[in-house]
Amino acid sequence: MDTKDFIIKQISVFSENKPGRLAAIAKALEEEKINIFAFSIAESKGFGVVRLLVDKPAPALEKLAHLGFMVSFTDVIAVNMKDEPGGLYETAKILGNSEINIEYAYAYSGKDAAVLILRVDQVDEAIRGIRKSGGELLKAEMFK
Amino acid sequence: MFWNKETETLKGDKLEKLQIKRLKWTITQAEKIPFYKKLLNNSNISSDDIRKTEDIHKLPLTKKTDLQGGYPFGFLAVPKKEIVRIHTTSGTTGKPTVVGYTRQDLDNWSELIARNLTMVGLTADDTFQNAVNYGLFTGGLGFHYGAEKIGMTVIPSGTGNTKRQIEMIDDFGVTALHCTPSYAMHLSEVAEAMGTELESLRTGMFGAEPWSDNMRGILEEKLGVTAYDSYGMSEMYGPGAAFECKERNGLHFWHDSYFIEIIDPDTEEVLEPGQKGELVVTPLVKEAMPLLRYRTGDITMILEDECPCGRGPKIARLTGRSDDMLVIRGINVFPSQIEHVLRSIPEVGDQFMVYVDRINHLDEMTIDVEIKREFFKGELSDLERIQKKIIHSLKELLNLRTKVSLVEPESLPRFEGKAKRVIDKRGDKF
Repeated sequence: MDTKDFIIKQISVFSENKPGRLAAIAKALEEEKINIFAFSIAESKGFGVVRLLVDKPAPALEKLAHLGFMVSFTDVIAVNMKDEPGGLYETAKILGNSEINIEYAYAYSGKDAAVLILRVDQVDEAIRGIRKSGGELLKAEMFK
Repeated sequence: MFWNKETETLKGDKLEKLQIKRLKWTITQAEKIPFYKKLLNNSNISSDDIRKTEDIHKLPLTKKTDLQGGYPFGFLAVPKKEIVRIHTTSGTTGKPTVVGYTRQDLDNWSELIARNLTMVGLTADDTFQNAVNYGLFTGGLGFHYGAEKIGMTVIPSGTGNTKRQIEMIDDFGVTALHCTPSYAMHLSEVAEAMGTELESLRTGMFGAEPWSDNMRGILEEKLGVTAYDSYGMSEMYGPGAAFECKERNGLHFWHDSYFIEIIDPDTEEVLEPGQKGELVVTPLVKEAMPLLRYRTGDITMILEDECPCGRGPKIARLTGRSDDMLVIRGINVFPSQIEHVLRSIPEVGDQFMVYVDRINHLDEMTIDVEIKREFFKGELSDLERIQKKIIHSLKELLNLRTKVSLVEPESLPRFEGKAKRVIDKRGDKF
C-alpha cells in the first residue's frame, strides 16, 4: 500500500475576519466550476484560515492565488464513516486505538456517506494505523 | 571623491573664521525681515556681538510656528523681484511654509547636491532617475539641478506609473536612483512581480522620511544598490543639507553653509556632541530667507568620532521628527521604532499601518501588518505564533502593549511620496 494514495490536498486560505471574504472565495470557485465537498473556518484574533476540500484542488489554488489570496495546500486524510447512530463513535475508537494525534478535524455527511476529515501530525503512520484497525479512507484520486 | 575638496574638508580656525563671517552676514540679512528686526532689537543683539562661534547661543531661537505666522512672504529678506523660485512645505504639521530662493540660493543649493552626489561616487558617467515629486516638494528640482551640475544623465521621472519607472531603469541603464524609502520599497515589489533584477542600478539615495538600518538592508538586497541617507528640509533649501558618505555611519552636514547645534527640546539648553536632542540649524548662505537658530523638530546628535573620509562632523541618522512622535499612554513612540521592529521579523511583509485611538479613555495602538506569502503553510497556529512574536518584539522595544492585526497580502496602502503610515484617531477625545 502506498500511503500517498490517501493523502488529500486541502486548500487553506488566509482570510481577514471581515464581511465578504467568504463570499469572495466562494465566488472565485463558482467561476471555475469547482465543487466544494466540505469546508470549515478556523478563527483567531481578527483573522482566520478557511479550509476547503474541493473536486479540483490545483485549479482552485491557482485561481485563489491569482486573485491575491494567500493560499496553501495542506495534507489531510478523510475517513469514511457510517451515516447512522454510532458512526462517529466507531471511527473515533479506531483513531484512539491507532494512537493518532489530531490537529484538527471537520466532517461532512452527504447522501452517499459521512466523512471525517483529519489533519494529523504523522500522516503516514496515521494512514497505516487506521487501515490496520479496519478504518476506510477516501482515495486522493477522488479530488483531482 | 570630492566636488569641492577645500571647502568640504575645512576644519578648525579656518572653518570657524568662515562661519563667523557668514553668521554676521546672515544676521544683517535677517534684520531686513521685520520679525527678526524686532526680535533682535528686543534681545539687544546685533552682528557686532558675534566674535566666536559660541556667541550664536545669544541669538533667539526660531520656531516653525513663527514661519507659519509670516505666511506667505513675511520671511523674505529680498525684494520679490529677486525671488526666482518658490517652494512650500507640505503643510503636514499645519499651514505650509513658503520658501523663496534667489538665483544665488539656487546656485548654492545645487552646489551642495553636487557635493553629495560626488561624495557617494557618482559622476557624469551615471544615469540618474529622480523618482520624487517635481512640484512644490524640494526633492524633485533640488536633486535635478545638482545632478545636472555634475553632468549626470538625468531622468526626471517624478512619482507614479511604477511599471514605467521600472522599464526606464532597465531600458535606459539607470545606475542611480533617488526616491523616498517607502517608494523604493514599492518599486522593489513591483520589479519583483515584473521579474526584473534591475541589473544596472548601483546607487540608491533615500530621504524625506526616517528609515531604519533594517530597511536599508532590505532595500540594498532587493534593489541591488548601496543605499545612502539624505537629510534636509525646505527651510534649509531642501534635501542635501546633510548626506551620508561612503562610510555610511552618520550624515555629514555642510558646515560652511549651516551652523548646527543640538538642544534639549524642553529646556532649550545646548547639548554636547554625543548627546541626543533637537537639531537647531542656522543657514549661513541663504539670501532670500535667512533663519536664525531654526528649531527643526528633528531628533539626532552630533557624532564625536572623526570620519575617515576627511569631511567635518556628522549627525546620527534621524529616528523621527519630534512632531512625528506619538505619546501612547505616556510613552514616547516614534513610527521609525515600530518600523525597526517589524523589519527585523522575516515573516512580516514590507507594508504596515499604525492606528492610534482612545478607547474608554485609554490609548490603544493597533498595527496592521501583511505576512509574506512564503511563510503561509496553511496553519492557523503558525500565524498565531507570528502574531505573538510581533507583539512580543514591540513590547520589548517600546515597553508598550500593542494590538497586531494580520491582514491579507497587498491589502495595505502603498505610498509614492512621503508615507503616511500613522493614523491618529484620538483627535480631542478625552
